[in-house]
Amino acid sequence: MDFNAPAGDNLFDRATVVGKSTPRIDGPLKTTGTAPYAYERHEVASNAAYGWIVGSAIAKGRISAMNVEDARRAPGVIAVLAAPEMEPIGSSNWNYAPLFGGREVAHYHQAVACVVAETFEQARAAAALIRTDYERTSGEFDLAAVAPDAPLAGSQGGAEGGAGDPRTRRGDFESAFASAPVTVDQTYHTPDESHAMMEPHATIAAWEGDQLTLWTSNQMIQWAKTGMGQILGISPENIRVDSPYIGGGFGGKLFIRADAVVAALASRAAKRPVKIALQRPLMFNNTTHRHATIQRIRLGAERDGRITAIAHENWSGNITGTGGEDGTLQTPKLYTAPNRMTANYVAQLDLPEGNAMRAPGEAPGHMALEVAMDELAEALGMDPVELRLRNEPEGRVPGDPDTLISDRHLARCLREGAERFGWSARSPTPGAVREGRWLIGMGVAGGYRAAPARQSAAFVRLGADGRLVVETDMTDIGTGSYTIIAQTAAETMGVPLDRVTVELGDSRYPVSAGSGGQWGAASSTAGVYAACVNLRRAIGEKLGFDGDAATFADGSIRAGGRSFALTDAGRVSADGEMTYGDFKRDYDVGTYAGHFCEVAVDAYTGETYIRRMLAVCDAGRILNPLSARSQVIGAMVMAAGAALTEELAVDTRFGYFVNHDLAGYEVPVHADIPHQEVVFLDTLDPIISPMKAKGVGELGICGPAAAVANAIYNATGVRIREYPLTLDKYLDRLPTPV
Amino acid sequence: MRSFTYERAVTPAAAAAAVASSEDAKFIAGGTNLLDLMKLEIETPRHLVDVQDLGLDRIEDTPGGGLRIGTLVTNTALSAHPRVRRDYAVLTRAIQAGASGQLRNKATTGGNLLQRTRCAYFYDPNMPCNKRRPGSGCAALGGHSRQLGVIGTSDACIATYPGDMAVAMRVLDATVETITPEGRERSIPIADFHRLWGDTPHIETVLEPGELITAVTLPRPPGGQHFYHKVRDRRSYAFALVSVAAVILPDGTGRVAFGGVAPKPWRSEAADAQIRNGAAAVVRTAFADARPTEDNAFKIPLAERTLAGVLAEARS
Ligand SMILES: Cc1cc2nc3c(=O)[nH]c(=O)nc-3n(C[C@H](O)[C@H](O)[C@H](O)COP(=O)(O)OP(=O)(O)OC[C@H]3O[C@@H](n4cnc5c(N)ncnc54)[C@H](O)[C@@H]3O)c2cc1C
Ligand code: SF4
Repeated sequence: MDFNAPAGDNLFDRATVVGKSTPRIDGPLKTTGTAPYAYERHEVASNAAYGWIVGSAIAKGRISAMNVEDARRAPGVIAVLAAPEMEPIGSSNWNYAPLFGGREVAHYHQAVACVVAETFEQARAAAALIRTDYERTSGEFDLAAVAPDAPLAGSQGGAEGGAGDPRTRRGDFESAFASAPVTVDQTYHTPDESHAMMEPHATIAAWEGDQLTLWTSNQMIQWAKTGMGQILGISPENIRVDSPYIGGGFGGKLFIRADAVVAALASRAAKRPVKIALQRPLMFNNTTHRHATIQRIRLGAERDGRITAIAHENWSGNITGTGGEDGTLQTPKLYTAPNRMTANYVAQLDLPEGNAMRAPGEAPGHMALEVAMDELAEALGMDPVELRLRNEPEGRVPGDPDTLISDRHLARCLREGAERFGWSARSPTPGAVREGRWLIGMGVAGGYRAAPARQSAAFVRLGADGRLVVETDMTDIGTGSYTIIAQTAAETMGVPLDRVTVELGDSRYPVSAGSGGQWGAASSTAGVYAACVNLRRAIGEKLGFDGDAATFADGSIRAGGRSFALTDAGRVSADGEMTYGDFKRDYDVGTYAGHFCEVAVDAYTGETYIRRMLAVCDAGRILNPLSARSQVIGAMVMAAGAALTEELAVDTRFGYFVNHDLAGYEVPVHADIPHQEVVFLDTLDPIISPMKAKGVGELGICGPAAAVANAIYNATGVRIREYPLTLDKYLDRLPTPV
Repeated sequence: MRSFTYERAVTPAAAAAAVASSEDAKFIAGGTNLLDLMKLEIETPRHLVDVQDLGLDRIEDTPGGGLRIGTLVTNTALSAHPRVRRDYAVLTRAIQAGASGQLRNKATTGGNLLQRTRCAYFYDPNMPCNKRRPGSGCAALGGHSRQLGVIGTSDACIATYPGDMAVAMRVLDATVETITPEGRERSIPIADFHRLWGDTPHIETVLEPGELITAVTLPRPPGGQHFYHKVRDRRSYAFALVSVAAVILPDGTGRVAFGGVAPKPWRSEAADAQIRNGAAAVVRTAFADARPTEDNAFKIPLAERTLAGVLAEARS
């Protein structure tokens, strides 16, 4: 099915099953511990041996010697893979530093050896017997030091302002900024962050002849299959990837990583299935992370609050010297200004490989832009909600007036949010509200996250018993994909939810959009919808009616005055795929939110407690308000961590992230998270897909961290521009306790 | 983790003798610290002597009106004991500010006193660390030291004793009771229990090899108001940046010990004498010899502000 014009009324608009709060259909499996995660799939490979990965002890250099003899002789050991004894394996479209092999070391904790043994304990003990000598070479580990010389992203040496200059410019930023009566010019720092999901990367690999099966934990089945083929130099046709349950990904499992590659190599060496989970201390340096950023923002405004000039420059670094974390992404989308400029610079760093983490670019981008807006509001003496409302665009993308906005209700998000949150009670004077030893403050931020939809396919089978089975290689990373896909099939085929079985995550199923970039919900349901529409037609052909015109409801069919039971059709099945036409190029499809937060800061110690959080979200049709809410509150928790505690601490001497466990990398605990409220506006976006539904999983992290920061400022009168906002950064500037 | 042998001792003396007589042996109680360190091969005992059958899991009144806490009393049981809650509330508060419910169910009194530092470089066997590998250097010097010590440290090691319970025990003037492998019983004032390690940071207490902690005794209750304020980056399940244990008497005098700042719970009687003069005077005295790093210099003003908050609450 090709989506080649804005959606009109369709089967989805009945909304009898979709749009209703529905508990996750995989919930009972999760809560009873019977959903098998990759490492626990004993039934697929009962004779699996255990692999243990050894990470490099240096950040950059060479392995001069590796002695694995003691490990090879250790009890229970079946095989030892030593990187220096092997050719470096290929990389893929989705990774840069080799995931195994060779003498060169590209980053700390890069996999350099693997021990395979009969038991986990034997593998771990033997791995500790490997003795490795390294020749350390110097590297670049300090973003602040290399940022000034970093080239523009993608510039490939093109001169600034020349043909290769990807900076987006409109009007004349410099003159407008120079002549603006009110200005802000500030620089913000966001740290490297880790996905820190609960389930580590884990894989069981098994070979049968030249056929490789990976039972793994991965967000993007097709990328995994293709990537693995590239890395091992084998045809993707010979690879099966199966990943039905995933204990969190947040972008960290978008790509094949060392667990899968080393398990495949180790299984070949051991001649039996091998299972590997990355040990927690390796998770932070061996896998990918969110890159640190330095962001300079300049805003110029008229005294009435109309912004006349916006510049947002962003610096980050990556081992590839490309990619990085583009904090400017949301800036062309959010607020009007006739004169504007954004620029993104990426330095080469020798830290571990950075890559996507929940709302890449936009999450840290909001942490800067939305604080700068707060600073501008204060400079203007204007309410920060009002400032945002004064700079709402109409119909066209502010930084790209040739592009239409599909559907946008940010102003409503902010107004309704302010109303619900009791924003009018906020004191505009910082440091003015006290409750005993507590300083109380409120903060607001706007939020934008792009809402992509990607091609996605599915297969639907109607059984003789009237049950539907949906198969697609879509993944459920804890997001609720199983449930919204079942809702989609139930809605389109007119059957109750409990008559639908959903099978996900197997590369033998049709290729879906996968889970990433908050495209999963919108895209995968569209693919299932396309398959269901084809199934209706197939049923119609079999029973002699027009499937498009018939009404499917309550397990029966009415068509042209006749009526059937769904079971009359017997066994019927259909494939379907949603593809997208060129008309979408004229539009920017985005999601929007107003984020509000109240904090209490201890005037003595500077400890910050978040008291309330609210997100009002505009994301089109909400397929399942229950799981959508879970997505948004989870993202708000992650944002609270980004605001207050989360930082991968870089040791710029040794070139690695020092706090590489969950004791040192502090994600929020329950006690940190207060009452969270989420409101979804009742909107429909006809440009995204026939479903008119957009993602929310990343929208939820775009803005709340800035709202926390702005609330801390409102509470204390101290502005910190370096995340996380730990108390040591402002203790000496807190007002004296009374 | 290295392979090890395992036995369960039946008497305290036998336990002590068993550890003393085999090379590289250690006691194991709750195992919540020791096993983590063994998995990383930071601790590599070849023999473990389990002390859980020694019957040292009781809390008893002492003739002098104090309390005797067997070494195997769990953190949960100790913090919930009615007399502790009534008479030694600072101890209940300190314990409950530590770790998590599950860990406190398993963690024992003696094991808690002996928990090792949380310095991130200590936990990474690839990094130089004089405490883990004597003579290898200290990666934290010139590295990340935000969590680490500001006083009582040395050029060899700037780590802290990270625990909470012992900080409360220090204001309560507790005594650690032990038995040596020779069967001799010792009473060690908690003030002397943890060492200022100088250039031997791998030796953290005055215990001799094989010496077994049997109990901790508390003297008569001190009276007054009890406070434990633990400042950390998140609200639970994190070690202290700074903690303040204080007992403030109705006349405004009292005692105060600081956690998260030194190789041991940090208290000086000279600083106690300043309590009526306010937090600044106390901290000036207690931290007169501080040698913070750039990363952790904030701990000294933080200690002062935290104590100021405690004293203000005591007055209100
Ligand atoms: C995630 C995490 C968070 C934590 N957070 C905190 C916190 O916030 N605050 C805090 O105070 N603590 C915290 N802890 C530490 C915890 O309190 C200790 O691990 C626990 O108290 C140790 O007790 P145990 O009985 O398990 O000791 P074990 O691990 O069994 O033993 C520890 C050491 O003591 C020795 N030992 C044990 N008993 C005796 C004895 N009777 N005589 C002589 N030697 C003995 C052992 O040989 C070993 O060297 C945390 C721990 C973890 C894992
Ligand atoms: S501070 Fe102590 S524990 Fe930390 S690295 Fe230095 S020597 Fe080791």
